Amino acid sequence: MLEIRNLHVTVEDREILQGIDLTIRPGETHAIMGPNGSGKSTLANVIAGREGYTVTAGEILFDGKDLLEMTPETRACEGLFLAFQYPVEIPGVANLYFLKAAVNAVRKYRNEPPVDAMDFWELVQERMKLVKMDESMLKRSVNEGFSGGEKKRNEVFQMAVLQPRFAVMDETDSGLDIDALKVVADGVNALRGPERGFLVITHYQRLLDYIVPDHVHVLFNGRIVRSGGKELAVELEEQGYALYNEEPGRARRAA
Amino acid sequence: MTDSTSTLERLAASDYKYGFITDIEQDTVPPGLNEDVVRLISAKKQEPDWLLEWRLQAYRHWLTLKQPEWARVEYPPIDYQALSYYSAPKQKGDGPKSLDEVDPELRRTYEKLGIPLAEQAILAGVAVDAVFDSVSVATSYKGRLAEQGIVFCSFSEAVHEHPELVRQYLGSVVPYRDNYYATLNSAVFSDGSFVYIPPGVRCPMELSTYFRINASNTGQFERTLIIADEGAYVSYLEGCTAPMRDENQLHAAVVELVALDNATIKYSTVQNWYPGDAEGRGGIYNFVTKRGLCKGRDSKISWTQVETGSAITWKYPSCVLRGDNSVGEFYSVALTRDYQQADTGTKMIHIGKNTRSTIVSKGISAGHGQNAYRGLVKVLPTAENARNYSQCDSLLMGDQCGAHTFPYLQIQNPTAQVEHEASTSKISEDQIFYCQQRGISTEDAVSLIVNGFCKEVFKELPMEFAVEAQKLIELKLEGSVG
Repeated sequence: MLEIRNLHVTVEDREILQGIDLTIRPGETHAIMGPNGSGKSTLANVIAGREGYTVTAGEILFDGKDLLEMTPETRACEGLFLAFQYPVEIPGVANLYFLKAAVNAVRKYRNEPPVDAMDFWELVQERMKLVKMDESMLKRSVNEGFSGGEKKRNEVFQMAVLQPRFAVMDETDSGLDIDALKVVADGVNALRGPERGFLVITHYQRLLDYIVPDHVHVLFNGRIVRSGGKELAVELEEQGYALYNEEPGRARRAA
Repeated sequence: MTDSTSTLERLAASDYKYGFITDIEQDTVPPGLNEDVVRLISAKKQEPDWLLEWRLQAYRHWLTLKQPEWARVEYPPIDYQALSYYSAPKQKGDGPKSLDEVDPELRRTYEKLGIPLAEQAILAGVAVDAVFDSVSVATSYKGRLAEQGIVFCSFSEAVHEHPELVRQYLGSVVPYRDNYYATLNSAVFSDGSFVYIPPGVRCPMELSTYFRINASNTGQFERTLIIADEGAYVSYLEGCTAPMRDENQLHAAVVELVALDNATIKYSTVQNWYPGDAEGRGGIYNFVTKRGLCKGRDSKISWTQVETGSAITWKYPSCVLRGDNSVGEFYSVALTRDYQQADTGTKMIHIGKNTRSTIVSKGISAGHGQNAYRGLVKVLPTAENARNYSQCDSLLMGDQCGAHTFPYLQIQNPTAQVEHEASTSKISEDQIFYCQQRGISTEDAVSLIVNGFCKEVFKELPMEFAVEAQKLIELKLEGSVG
């Protein structure tokens, strides 16, 4: 469903991604692991369409459509979701109101009428349980004054309500204690299914104990230097990323 | 950054949607101002001698005054002799007996503006005292209100039917010597609204009036007087919009509120007068004096305003907190775009003991808009334990606009507690991208964020008005996108 081919991306004339190839099929969960500065978040942002990144070569196809041609909101309406590493605060806008605006924007794109208030409320109630979210969070302004854990939980909650076909989780584990991590992972796992794809970006293997991926890729200096099954994550945790620094030859071979 | 800045600028530049001129015959006094014109206005309204005398005193005092120049606004000098000081829609006979008799052209104008007159008013539960230019032409709900002893009528009518109340309170909050524009208004005011709520009565509906400027070169000098007697409550709504014009139109209204013991007055305004075109030509000059007197103990006056129109807004709805334990509030959203200028704020004058005031001001500037908050908090020696909280937030859209804050504090009692908070922010790219990633378009994201910014003020507005205000802000920020 997501095909990345030979993707090269620069930020302020510096090449951050240097030829990424990655194919994710429906129902698959892929993990991208890598040290700081390897280009993980750049990849997430380019997929979602954030400004400030220049694609110098390559393409990304989403169900065969050229993703890079679409505006960020069109990508979202097409069923692409990004769980932000740093969810943004929007003062004065109630979480529930924001979510309804998002749901209706997607429905409008699909030529569907605005969501029925009762149906929406029922969906929200049900999805809140997935991430053990308190109802009071619906009334609070979007992410304003939320703790780190609450913000990440809110991202998963939004995803659960919007029900995208493909989701990118950008370091969803950062800043979470083990309990919050479990809650977030349970939420993600509940959404996994044969039609939905996930790209989980993380620095640590810890998250992958709870969201067990089908494939693991190691991103290093803007390239995928190694791909494998879930056991690769364990190996990385034991050996660290330093290996790739010392043995560029091996890294290239593995890629 | 450059991309999103230009998007914001594009969004901020939108057309005035209520620009049209009604073709209606006007009974207009020739331009110019002198004692004879003042006498003529008074005569046309068959006013008692004391009122004419009051007007003439104001006029003579006005001649000694100079136009104030301290506000952070710029405009060419106004030729007061080129203005006409009275204009009324012509009516056959003695005026309409019911809404059916109101000039159809006039009613179509109201419909275009979406004003809920007559049936619409009943549906909305709003009594409308519609002001077309200077004279009230239709009043609804009067009967129901009269049953409770509530007086809600045009100012001219009040002069004839409740002269004792008018005489007692006219100029008691804003004296005719108050300031240049208030003095001019006192001399030549045409009409406006009058409200009296008797002791212990809670007005069962929002009282509403709609102003509209229509005649070319006609100054508008509305005068509103609202009195809430002991233990009374009233919520009053004022909303306005005006047709497209090339010449600048002057509007110098005066609003006086009086709250006696335990009385509460809530006064809400949504202002959407013609702001001028994208280059700053035309547009209304809005120089308004609004002041409330918390005369009795435990009284409360609350101003809420959403200012989106006019080329220039010069307006400081204020509270004089004379009664012990009285409360003054000011909630404001002022939006300026293109070449609009707004210098607005409030004055909270603490005189009584344990008086409290709250100021929440939200300024939004886009395009070349200039937005100034000017506020005075004054605590007199008599005001033991006075408290004030002020919050001034500015939101900038684009890099050509400006936001300015001028808080003045004059504290003469050491027991006073005064807090002031101010912030200036821009809509961030991160916020817009976050909305976009959830499927929300840039334009909707901007209005979502701006409405969030204004929320503390909007929640003070009555429900229907809050919805209207939100729509108005969205409309104002709407551009070529979508």
